[in-house]
Parts: sequence; C-alpha cells; structure tokens
Amino acid sequence: MAGKTLYDKLWDSHVVRQEADGTCLLYIDRHLVHEVTSPQAFEGLRMAGRKPWRKETVVAVPDHNTPTNNWDKGIEDPVSKLQVDTLDANIKEFGAQIYFPFKHANQGIIHVIAPENGATLPGMTVVCGDSHTATHGAFGALAHGIGTSEVEHVLATQTLVQKKSKSMLIKVNGQLGAGVTAKDMALAIIGRIGTAGGTGYCVEFGGTAVEGLSMEGRMTLCNLAIEGGARAGLVAVDDKTISYLEGRPAAPKGDEWTKAVAYWKTLKSDPDAVFDTVIEIDAAEIQPQVTWGTSPEQVTSVGGKVPNPASESDPIRRASVERALKYMGIEADMPITDIKIDKVFIGSCTNSRIEDLRAAAAVAKGKKVAANVKLALVVPGSGIVKRQAEAEGLDKIFTEAGFEWREPGCSMCLAMNADRLSPGERCASTSNRNFEGRQGPGGRTHLVSPAMAAAAAIAGHFVDVRQA
Amino acid sequence: MKPFTRLNGLVCPLDRANVDTDAIIPKQFLKSIKRSGFGPYLFDEWRYTNYGEPGMDCTNRPKNPDFVLNQARYQGSEVLLARDNFGCGSSREHAPWAIEDYGFRVIIAPSFADIFFANTFKNGVLPIVASAEVVDRLFKECAETEGYKLDVDLAAQTVTTPTGFSFSFDITPHRKHCLLNGLDEIGLTLQHADEIRAFEAKHKAAQPWLFAG
Repeated sequence: MAGKTLYDKLWDSHVVRQEADGTCLLYIDRHLVHEVTSPQAFEGLRMAGRKPWRKETVVAVPDHNTPTNNWDKGIEDPVSKLQVDTLDANIKEFGAQIYFPFKHANQGIIHVIAPENGATLPGMTVVCGDSHTATHGAFGALAHGIGTSEVEHVLATQTLVQKKSKSMLIKVNGQLGAGVTAKDMALAIIGRIGTAGGTGYCVEFGGTAVEGLSMEGRMTLCNLAIEGGARAGLVAVDDKTISYLEGRPAAPKGDEWTKAVAYWKTLKSDPDAVFDTVIEIDAAEIQPQVTWGTSPEQVTSVGGKVPNPASESDPIRRASVERALKYMGIEADMPITDIKIDKVFIGSCTNSRIEDLRAAAAVAKGKKVAANVKLALVVPGSGIVKRQAEAEGLDKIFTEAGFEWREPGCSMCLAMNADRLSPGERCASTSNRNFEGRQGPGGRTHLVSPAMAAAAAIAGHFVDVRQA
Repeated sequence: MKPFTRLNGLVCPLDRANVDTDAIIPKQFLKSIKRSGFGPYLFDEWRYTNYGEPGMDCTNRPKNPDFVLNQARYQGSEVLLARDNFGCGSSREHAPWAIEDYGFRVIIAPSFADIFFANTFKNGVLPIVASAEVVDRLFKECAETEGYKLDVDLAAQTVTTPTGFSFSFDITPHRKHCLLNGLDEIGLTLQHADEIRAFEAKHKAAQPWLFAG
C-alpha cells in the first residue's frame, strides 16, 4: 500500500464520521474569527438558542474595517464601527481563547496574529470565514476558508461537513535567485496553473526552494494557494516550523511541548505517497513577477511585456485579456517597466510580516519616493510586527523615504476602511487580489513582492528590483 | 433555508469567465451585520454607473444599459448562466446571499470556485456544473430565443431546454437531501453529538496540547 500524503494524515486524524457518499464530519481545532463574516453566524446561534461547542478554540480580532491612522478618533465610519462593536459584543457574549479588540497592542490581521501568538499549530484543522485562511497551511495545518453558514456550523458543532479534495504536489526545485521571493514563486505558480488550476485540490508545496523559505515566506506561498483555486495549501513540518513556534504564548510548554514536537515531526508526506497531480517547477527560472490584468493569473516577469489579445486563440480568453487591458488602462505589448504608478501599498495578510517589511526597507533605505507617487503606505500586519519593525528602525527608513507608516490592519488590500484607490489610480500592491474595484472602485492593482513595491515607489514605475 | 425541488426559470446569460466575489458583491456592502437585503447591490459596479453605498435606495440609481441584468428581456431571471471559475476570490457568503436575494435559484457554469460552490447550497441556491460544450449551447440558444427558460429538476438531477434537450448533473446525496428538504445542517450534525464527543475524547488523549487554555 502506498504511503500517506501530509493531507491524508491531517484529514484522517480529524474524521468524526463518514457517510456512504464520502461526505465527512471533520473536527475543527482552531476557529479564527473576524468582524466581517461572523455577525450573521453569531446571530444564527442566538436565534436558535445555541452555544459555542468549544469557545476555547476561538481566536478573534477585528481587522478589515479598522482604520490605520488617527486611532485616537476611533472608527469614524458608523457602519464600520457597528460591525466592529458587534464583534466586541459577540465575543463578550459567546467567549474566545484570545481576543484582541480594536486598539489592543497585539491587534492585527487575523492571519498574522494567529501564527505569531502560537495559536496556529502543526496538525491542527484551522478554519476562518476568510479565504486567505490557507496561510496557516505553512505550519503543516489543514487550513481553509469557509462561508458564514459554516462559521455558524463550526461554532455550534466544532465540525465541518466536508468531502476530501484531490491532492496535488507542487515541487519547486533548486533555489530562488537573489531578489526573488515567495511572492514571486506564488505568482509564477498561479501564472502557470491558472486561478482555477487548484480547484478541487489540496496543494502541498515541496522541493528544495520551498524548504529554503522562511516561515514568513511559506505563509505568503500558502496564503496565495486560494488564488490558484486551492482551498488549502500545505508545507511539511521541519526544524524551521518548530523553532518558529517555540516560546510563542499559545504554543505548548514543558512536557507537552516535547510530546507535541515528536508528533509534529511526523507531519510530512511519506516518501512513497501518491498525489493525484504533480507539478515540478525550476526555481531558477522564476523572475520577479508583476500582474498586468484583473486576475492573479494575468501575470508576467518584470522584464516581460503586456500580452497582445490578438495572439490569444481562445475567444473567451481573448475577450478577458481585452477587458482587462481596457480596465487597467494599459496597451498591448507595452514593457512592464513602462507602467507608471500613482500609489503603493505594502501590507495585507500576504506580505505584512517582519521579513516583508525588512525587504521593502532594504530597498527604500536612503532613497525618496518618486514625485508622481501620491501615496506610499506601509501597513504592518500586527502590533507585534509594528513594534519589532520600530525596534529595528524600519519605520524611520520608510518615513524618511516618504512612505507613510500606519497602524496594523487589512487596509488597502480590500479597502473596507478609509484606505483606498480613487477611480483610475494605479497601485503597486503587495496584496493578493487584482480584481476590478478590489482596492477601490475603478482602482487598478498590480500585485508584486514587498521589495518590488518599494522599488516601484522609488522609481515611480515598475523596475526590476535586482537592478534597482 | 428555502427548499429547492423544481424550477422552470428564465435564464440570464453572464458571458464572462472568472467572475469574482468582489464583482458579485463589492466590499462596502460587507459591512452589513444582516443576511438579507443584498439583492439590489448584486454586481453593483457593473450594474450601476455611480458608486453604491450600503443602505442606498437603488430605484433611481443610473444603470449601465449594456449590463445584462439591466436588459428588459432578462427581468425576472431565476437561472444565471456563467463561464468558468464562477465565484472565485473571497469566502464572503454575501455573494450567494446577494444572488439569492436578487431572485436567482440556479447557477449553471462549467466550473465554480470551491468555497463559493459550498456556500450556495447553504442558501437554497443550486450550482450546476455542466460541460463547456453544453454551456456554450445554452449561451447560444439563450441569445437566439427571447424568454429562454430552463427546467431544472433536482430530484431527477436534470436540466431540460425548451427544445427538449436534456442533460444531467452531479450532486452529493447529502447536499441533495438538505436542499430538497430545506434542512438546517447544524440540526442534522447535532444528531451526531455523541460521536463528536467521543471523537473529542480520543483526540484530546492523543494531542492534549490542543485542549489547553
């Protein structure tokens, strides 16, 4: 019999019961909650007179609606304020293991705060009413986004009704070149498999280039699994995973730590495990990436050109390229480095961790943001990231270069707070989605790595960070 | 949840691939703490030419005449016909809430994004995966035939066109049962509460650190 994949191991250790058609009840160890996708779920519990099955599994934080400046004024938008206040009231009523309300010193983006507090552990099942829950797969945890009905279901039953996905191994061989990051790896993979390439799969990322990534890099990679259509991304546990977790507040201690580590070391695919699909990529071929369109798969290398719809034979794809070019206000065959930008956003659950800020600061140090760039925002992923960056003097590097240094939150990744693009404005963004209107109605988003975003801020247009 | 059994519904063709949840319901409407009232804002940025805000009365907003939902022949549609990877992007259930609130009960596409697909079932909306050839045929027939309706029979798992062409679709028995009967899935799961408790005891013995705090 073939060995088990990491996905098999995680799945098998959480099946409560299985129906004849393969539908399973899967036990959930960690439930992450934010203010946008939870109010209707708590309301549902209340209406049915139900209580959370295990409130100690809940980690909650408001992140989408919170402002990133003028915290002394509170939340000025009354609709946003009501949503954040509703989360406060729901956690007060129903409970949680960890809750960092607005303005708490450790508040931040849910997918940043759970790992940094040791609340995401290997071998867990992790869910959140948020598609970027895939991030936590970096720890060898089975993590995926769910809808609000499922949020309510997990609160009430500690389980999720699920069918097992197919398994895919994306093996990135060799090592990434200098100036090429996990973000570029992820975008290059999406460019290759397409935004639906991972639909129906749980994707394990492996190979020497993935092993070579830091935990921050692995989180960036798994975070973007959903943009390739996969609900979950996974990276096997290794020494980096374990040393990242040691001493974190919610991580096990003493004897339990020793036992846990022994178990976690088994959380990798067996050498003879069989995947439904295997894709191999040579890391040395990956260049810094820039998206040109309105879907993350519409991406190319910084040295490349905007594609020409005339060379697309498939009529549906041709129409989508034409529509994207029109929306983005760029011409076919234009070099990527000729694209000028109006704003820069460094942040989001994809790229707002300390390593991301260090990479951006290294590029910005001693330089100035270009005159044509109206706003360059740096939004750390959490209070802990912010304080660490300030201790290292990164905030000074950014502000001296003309960037704004803000308070933590989701911010301009999806523009639910006041940080957004105006119609027609073009942004170099370290976030995860370049959909129409994502960063503000009519806004134009190009996804890049933190170093590439900083380099674009300095130049005023896209440049190859390796030559900046 | 409203049960879904059978529908003979007018079809609205949305001829784009990769329709994402930001397009289905833009982020400003996610600030609501309610489940209802999203229908007037479905496809807001494509449907109207001004910027929509939560709570806005949409009756007199300027409409984009080119957008399919605004065309007279598709008023009252209950079946949304779409292309590949429909519902990609965020996990927001506000997307199926908006689709359902607008009046759609069925979505037919060659493929759907996973989370969106799962979310639709919880809201009495049936997503149907059909082959690209069948979807092409439906788009063509819909364009040629004013008042084009499809007959969707969940019990039989079939879709039938006005000319009598019929195709079948897959659905798990569990989802079919819940949808046909309009069942609350939480209630069904809680029938297995003893099994959940038994699993939990075993799980705690194996990984006690998951039960700290």
